[in-house]
Amino acid sequence: MTITDIASYAIGVFLLIGAFFSLVGSIGMLKLPDSMTRLHAPTKVGTMGIGALLLASMTYAYTFGDGSLREILIMAFLFVTAPISANFMSKVNIHRKSCDIPPEAPQDQVWSTLVKRDEDAAQKDLKTL
Amino acid sequence: MTRAFNWLFPHPFLTVLLAIVWILLQGQFTAGMAVFGVILGIIIPRATANWWPDRPHGFKLGRMMAYMVLVIWDILVANVQVAWIILTRRNSKLRPAWIVIPLDLRTPEAITVLAGTITLTPGTVSADISNNGRSLLVHALDAPDPDAVRDEIKQRYESRLKEIFV
Repeated sequence: MTITDIASYAIGVFLLIGAFFSLVGSIGMLKLPDSMTRLHAPTKVGTMGIGALLLASMTYAYTFGDGSLREILIMAFLFVTAPISANFMSKVNIHRKSCDIPPEAPQDQVWSTLVKRDEDAAQKDLKTL
Repeated sequence: MTRAFNWLFPHPFLTVLLAIVWILLQGQFTAGMAVFGVILGIIIPRATANWWPDRPHGFKLGRMMAYMVLVIWDILVANVQVAWIILTRRNSKLRPAWIVIPLDLRTPEAITVLAGTITLTPGTVSADISNNGRSLLVHALDAPDPDAVRDEIKQRYESRLKEIFV
């Protein structure tokens, strides 16, 4: 068994893992009951799914062609940006009350999505006029 | 001397990071590219330094590396757990929960890293922060015992982050 054979098997395994987690993520999107729980499914695709696929791509590039480390960059950018989009989606959910109402913040704090600003209230008055 | 150094490199770690990202983006390593990356790494932090006056000064790179290894391991484990929950658990038996985490961290950078970690580990999503930044709202996909999840996040991630950003 040569090194290329081993690499081929490794690539196959990585592709299967990535495909499996992407599939589970999609199933979760369809199956889970409300908008907040549905948010949990894509985080899996974003981490394990894409991670395993990129690992396969990297192994392939290093065995059969000229390898590059760009996949690490893709991974890093995904890991930095994915939580932000998830955060925005959950903020929208809280704002539109399309999920279970979150518990009150402790002491005299308010969740920042639910803060009512004075200038917003003023604008609303203008609109109704 | 140190003042000149601090003026030229307001954020030495960012300088190194930008240079590395630039070289990785090029795909091949040549001396010219490395020099240009370092130049970018000096210009960008210098030009933007005015917009982040309260950046944390202590940052332990070695501990951050160890933290990243821990997080990647947790992501692997939690992925398998959540995949198992999605494939086998019925929706009616799912126990989603909101969890309120009181924060001991104060710097925005550290809280951002903590929130990102919570979202990246499948099964928990950080949803909101309170208006004065003292507590974090987290949604868990399946948490029979929300207090246990809160304690685990606090002692597994937050205590480590407290030592990284000092």
